[in-house]
Amino acid sequence: MAGMSLLMFSGLLFVGSFGAGLLGALTGLGGGVVLVPLLTLVFHVDMRFAMGASLISVIATSSGSAAAYVREGFSSIRIGMFLEVATTVGAIFGAFLAGKVPTRMLAIIFGVVLIYSAWLTWQHSRRAEEAVPVDPWSDRLRLSGRCPDGQGGEQSYTVCNIGGGFGMMAVAGTLSGLLGIGSGAVKVLAMDRVMRLPFKVSTATSNFMIGVTAATSAGVYLRRGYVDVGLAFPVMLGVLAGSVVGARFLVKTRVKVLRNIFILVISAMGVEMVVNGWLGKL
Amino acid sequence: MRNLLISTLSKAMLRLDDRRMQLMLSRLLQTGVVSASVVVLVGGVKYLLEHAGAGPGDLRVFTGGTPMSLREPGLLAHRLMAGDAAALIQLGVVILIATPVLRVVFATIGFVRERDRLYVAIGVFVLGVMMVGLLKSG
Repeated sequence: MAGMSLLMFSGLLFVGSFGAGLLGALTGLGGGVVLVPLLTLVFHVDMRFAMGASLISVIATSSGSAAAYVREGFSSIRIGMFLEVATTVGAIFGAFLAGKVPTRMLAIIFGVVLIYSAWLTWQHSRRAEEAVPVDPWSDRLRLSGRCPDGQGGEQSYTVCNIGGGFGMMAVAGTLSGLLGIGSGAVKVLAMDRVMRLPFKVSTATSNFMIGVTAATSAGVYLRRGYVDVGLAFPVMLGVLAGSVVGARFLVKTRVKVLRNIFILVISAMGVEMVVNGWLGKL
Repeated sequence: MRNLLISTLSKAMLRLDDRRMQLMLSRLLQTGVVSASVVVLVGGVKYLLEHAGAGPGDLRVFTGGTPMSLREPGLLAHRLMAGDAAALIQLGVVILIATPVLRVVFATIGFVRERDRLYVAIGVFVLGVMMVGLLKSG
């Protein structure tokens, strides 16, 4: 990016981040997974600065959409708080690891996570339901709850396999701190597939939790100097604007076609991250 | 019969409290994100105006990261007083990070009011872990 003015550079960053926020909102994967490859592969920003800017943007977008979900009554405050025990501890561990692991290794892990997320998104449309018993601790931990059923009434739900979901949340938190992403895909997977919560409750509670998880490792990033203000400001504002527009779009567009295109984009980015990390270019 | 009535009534009240908590947390999140964005935007515009002639800083290599004067709260406050643009952006970032922390604080207060001891303990634990991330040096 030599010979470019700061205004130009910031403008391009804003536009790129806007696109990442839009993509993130439409796929439901969040801005972070698209943003880090964009910043490193296209803008040639160091992994650590990219992770710092990404994590800040993740807090902004998730808190923004969580505000709407919580108001509508889809987010479970208790399930969120309970699972945040696992995600915050994981986040501290992940952020600690991020300072120890060489950046090329981080790039490879990031690429693998991208490819896995693409696979998960693809799988999402072809899920098979089999009966799983309700966890006996669902009521004891007061995790059972109610949410709007979409027809003006309420539906009640219970929780399955709390231990499995809790463990997976620890992994989600670690990835978040290690890579500077929200790891919403893993959080939704844990609540939707493992704990068998209604899908809307899973996505809403995931958004609610991402901010808390990300803020925990953001403190570590901030003190290590990963958050560059010149990079963070166009990126954060861009991602936020993109995700707001994306959320509006979501209602109108044919999600399935878009989703398939994005799966391809994300897989390609994942492969490129792995290759570049392997060759030591990042 | 009376017991049944009391239990139904207390359940309904608990749900009403949950609803109120949801609305309060929603407003808190919204306020946090909006105010952080405004501060970052103002700081960003000021930053661009001040550095209009300059090229972008080199972000390809990580050489020690952001200056210490932006990381230390005392020094950051000092730069803010001087109306520094970079410090203003950093303040926006700090407001943004503080939003989820406040969210946990408020939810925990809500649990205290509901006399839900288990969740007060869980909330305090989560808050403690967040504080380790935010304050512990290293």
